[in-house]
Amino acid sequence: MSGKVMTMARAVGEFVRDGDTVVIEGFTHLICFAAGHEIIRQKKRELVACRLTPDLIYDQMVAAGCVRELVFSWAGNPGVGSLFGLRRAVEEGVPRKIEIEEYSHFGMVARFMAGASHLPFMHLKTFEGSDLPRKNKNIKFIRCPYTGKRYATVPALNPDVAIIHVQRADKEGNAQIWGLMGVQREAAFASKKVVIVAEELVPSSVVRADPNRTLIPGLIVSAVVVEPFAAHPSYALGYYDRDNDFYVEWAKISKDKAGMDKYLEEWVYGLPGRKEYKEKLGAGYLKKLEADHRPSGSVNYGF
Amino acid sequence: MADYTPSEMMVARAARELKNSEVVFVGIGLPNVACNLARRLQAPGLVLIYESGAVGCVPDRLPLSIGDPCLATDSISVCSMVEVFNYYLQGGLIDVGFLGGAQVDRFGNINSTVIGDYARPKVRLPGSGGACEIAIHAKKVIMVLRQSPKSFPEKIDFVTSPGFIDSVNSRRNFGFPGKGPALVITDLGVYGFDKNTYEMILREIHPGVSVKDVKANIGWDVKISRPPKTTIPPTEEELRIIREDLDPARIHLK
Repeated sequence: MSGKVMTMARAVGEFVRDGDTVVIEGFTHLICFAAGHEIIRQKKRELVACRLTPDLIYDQMVAAGCVRELVFSWAGNPGVGSLFGLRRAVEEGVPRKIEIEEYSHFGMVARFMAGASHLPFMHLKTFEGSDLPRKNKNIKFIRCPYTGKRYATVPALNPDVAIIHVQRADKEGNAQIWGLMGVQREAAFASKKVVIVAEELVPSSVVRADPNRTLIPGLIVSAVVVEPFAAHPSYALGYYDRDNDFYVEWAKISKDKAGMDKYLEEWVYGLPGRKEYKEKLGAGYLKKLEADHRPSGSVNYGF
Repeated sequence: MADYTPSEMMVARAARELKNSEVVFVGIGLPNVACNLARRLQAPGLVLIYESGAVGCVPDRLPLSIGDPCLATDSISVCSMVEVFNYYLQGGLIDVGFLGGAQVDRFGNINSTVIGDYARPKVRLPGSGGACEIAIHAKKVIMVLRQSPKSFPEKIDFVTSPGFIDSVNSRRNFGFPGKGPALVITDLGVYGFDKNTYEMILREIHPGVSVKDVKANIGWDVKISRPPKTTIPPTEEELRIIREDLDPARIHLK
């Protein structure tokens, strides 16, 4: 392999350094679990881990001791309940005490917007009447120079590296997403380096035939990892469904430290990569998550 | 009368509050079930918006999370979260915000952040998500949560999302666009807010629940409208949709 296309092990080894501010974005959809697992396997340490919703993957990274600080806006298992790995770290300092820096979703979105725009901060209408600004000194207030009205401000977030999972990309990293887009575009443009992880590597002609779907252009991308099924138990629309049963099961798996450690041993440290993870799940399991065929109509880009 | 659980009562009552063609910002958990129940009954034209960026959703299974794939498929629009928070919510397009939480106080302020001290919490809860800004911007807010002395205390441990804050003029002084909390639906009854004091007031009581039960499960001397109405119990049809279509595995309505 040459150019930007590389293995997950190499991409994480080269672009995620100890102490980095890291964002693996994806709002429920397209969360790159395979990258998180590789970060755990390579025993990266002292990371400042940013995400709106830490989800199960940051729960695992926190439990594995990779994270020094968590920057987030909603830390739960969606529709299920708690993230127990995270709670153990915050409530008991297990396996280590972590710092938290907490916003609302709008606050985090605005931080990435400011970062992507290369402005020092963004103003927005939220946070007043809430205790969040009391606990997070990065949330401040200003008066509009035109109307005198008060707005909250949040500082730009410019991570060292963004890892973004996409449905398809070409070898330059021109990356296309459909379905829920979350805040991936802003996270990518805000970050100093971008690693794209794609379900499929496609010829540039496929990207050029449908340029409106390109969320992230190759010109800001450092590495392209081609890794099918890298988002499981999250999902890739049109490729595989969200594994809701696993999210429900996670509450039992992770409830105590022993269960969490056993999972990490068996499914992360015990496997070299995503290919083996897929094999371990088995063909029957994958079959259940296979996406229905629901193609959209095509449009005429001609002139 | 059909047998039903307190959660089913809450969901059915909440769903009846939603009108056809209203635009509702849907939160996770019971609100999610209630909005999807309303869409299958009196409000097929309800516009469901999820903070994940899905607009005009018609989920054909109950989404476990607010980013489920079924929210994107067949929706009117899928936009980025920049758009959903700036253009839809801050832009004033949301009629109803639906929120849950771990604690609520007499002014409808909600805690979904911590139980105990922030730095050394007894229980670390998920946090705001979009709740803080929904509470500020939605034209009205409906809350759904179970009632106990712990969840309805005199003083909540943390204000994540502002209701009427602490006085009559607080929302106006802050320049909040939304009118604030309209209803709080619990497993015991339904509360509105007094027009003069902005304090919670018990308006409805669920069948089989007494005023004594309500008072035993609230941390302040709550006002009661005299006499409180009795909530209409869930209908056979509401129960069938909840049990057979929306939550057959009983994940949300434990």
